[in-house]
Amino acid sequence: MSLSAINISKHFGRTCALDKVNLEVKSGQLVALLGPSGSGKTTLLRILAGLDYPDGDGEGRLLFQGRDVMDLPARERGVGMVFQHYALFRNMNVFDNIAFGMTVLKRRERPSSNAIRDRVMELLAKVHLQGLEKRMPHQLSGGQRQRVALARAVAIRPQILLLDEPFGALDAKVRKELRRWLRTFQEEEKLTTVFVTHDQEEALELADEVVVMNNARVEQSGSPQEVYDHPASPFVIEFLGNVNRLKRGRVQPDGSVTSLYVRPHDIQICKHLQGHTLEARVLHVFSAGSVGRVTLEYLESGEMLEAEVPRSEVDSMHLASGQTVGLRFRHIRIFTRKGETSTQELIEVPYEHEA
Amino acid sequence: MAKTVHPRLLSPGFSRAMQDPKWARRLLCGTALLFLALLLLVPLAAVFTEALRKGWGAFFESFNNPDARYAIYLTLLVAGISVPLNLVFGLAASWAVTKHDFPGKSLLITLIDLPFSVSPVVSGLILVLVFGVHGWFGSFFNSIGLQVIFAVPGIVLATVFVTFPFVAREIIPAMEAAGRDEEQAAIMLGASWWQILHRITLPNVRWALLYGVLLCNARAMGEFGAVSVVSGHIRGETNTVPLHVEILYNEYNFVAAFAMASLLAVLALLTLVAKTALEWRIQHLEKEAVTERTRHRENEPAA
Repeated sequence: MSLSAINISKHFGRTCALDKVNLEVKSGQLVALLGPSGSGKTTLLRILAGLDYPDGDGEGRLLFQGRDVMDLPARERGVGMVFQHYALFRNMNVFDNIAFGMTVLKRRERPSSNAIRDRVMELLAKVHLQGLEKRMPHQLSGGQRQRVALARAVAIRPQILLLDEPFGALDAKVRKELRRWLRTFQEEEKLTTVFVTHDQEEALELADEVVVMNNARVEQSGSPQEVYDHPASPFVIEFLGNVNRLKRGRVQPDGSVTSLYVRPHDIQICKHLQGHTLEARVLHVFSAGSVGRVTLEYLESGEMLEAEVPRSEVDSMHLASGQTVGLRFRHIRIFTRKGETSTQELIEVPYEHEA
Repeated sequence: MAKTVHPRLLSPGFSRAMQDPKWARRLLCGTALLFLALLLLVPLAAVFTEALRKGWGAFFESFNNPDARYAIYLTLLVAGISVPLNLVFGLAASWAVTKHDFPGKSLLITLIDLPFSVSPVVSGLILVLVFGVHGWFGSFFNSIGLQVIFAVPGIVLATVFVTFPFVAREIIPAMEAAGRDEEQAAIMLGASWWQILHRITLPNVRWALLYGVLLCNARAMGEFGAVSVVSGHIRGETNTVPLHVEILYNEYNFVAAFAMASLLAVLALLTLVAKTALEWRIQHLEKEAVTERTRHRENEPAA
């Protein structure tokens, strides 16, 4: 089921949580709402669920498959939701938690108890929790609770699935496993899914489309590659992945302000200074892992830079702190702001092998 | 609500480091025990000794009096009406306060505690002022032939007013601790208001609820001040057990007075036992939850 939210605004007292936000989700897509805390992403999700309502100015519209659902109460929207802390019913075991949505149906719509049992068992198998149906929520680990919450949400066969920080409370290893598992699960069920996260790595790895939010607005939306390779604003480039910012807020003669961004993997380190290289001093080399991370001082301005170079290069160049090296930037992104308008340009420097 | 002891306070290192010198501990414990004995145990013993001064026969004979039996019946009746009413009021108030945001919420929370801070005699007088024959609504109730003051409805009203905070006060913290997430999850799963209340909200606070009802009942049966003002002390009509104790005592009928008083004392002891059992149960549940959680946290199977 496709979903579109149009012109959604929401104020809490005087603070603006959402400012004329638009969101478009195609049927069967997995979309990430990505942003720092306070960017409005959870508020938007709760409005989609029907747990919150946008400002009553009549401008905001919410369409599921073209049908306006704004006046539909949450319980009738047919939306599954997984809460940040799972919100499992603590006085019910795993089975009753998953069956809940089916048991509250009106008598004539309710499946028989055998059908409910079959559905719960099928879901338990799908979330790899067979044999745990008698456990109480407090007897489960974080990852297990998360999967119970997911099974419970999809038990009612929703058309749309919403997840609020689904992996936020889990440790790194479990998070990675569950992420992969959720992706396959979502593809199998062909569920239109929106999830909220503040973890850019999670959003880029998992989503078909990433919606980057900041300060109650959508900064940019697009495929993970699009937003990573073609960030629309300094906020997006800084929020997605590591980046070096140079000549921060430098004022040009014509009054415009520029900032220059270089990704760590776009920095090439040369042992010797050559024609177009910039002079820098090595401060620190971290070479545990597949890539070596080198902290450098750009000598012209004294700014700090971080570069990522293949381990082989670190080893062959014998990089050590205190050394002076040459730098070459492969991609430089320059954002220029003049008054209200901002522009950006991308400078590409052809990769050169050190002679 | 049951208080849990911070685990650090139980660790041997903590107690050794923080312990006071021996003489100070003995002095403090001794003082506490002395007060406990003087103020609680001696009076309790006195009630039973006085009641049994003339033997078991005289003790049981005092209950064979129709006025005494009526007082017991009336006390049970009043508690039987007021406790369920306060259960409903308390639940409604706690639910409104913890699960919703609305203007005037903090005022409502303050008002719930009002009966605790008003002297029971004053609450009784307020009822007389409002519902008495010459009160604001007196003529209305008179015209429909319902006597409120100096009758059972007045006693029920006074008891409801005085015991109002007990249920709400126990449930509000429990509901607050439970949060709103589970209710919202239930809404998303299509549950109706009623289904959420009886399948999620109430089961989550059931122990606190029971605890509140217990305290509310003890107070409802023992209330003297407010009831005394509105009852009129009519024997066999508006006398509850506490009022009957006073009347008997004033008539120098000590055995009967203390026999009736012993009923209230037994009620107090039973309440204490039930309260302790409940506290133990709640603590046990909490501890179980914590240990189970830590035990299952480590062996997370691969997804």
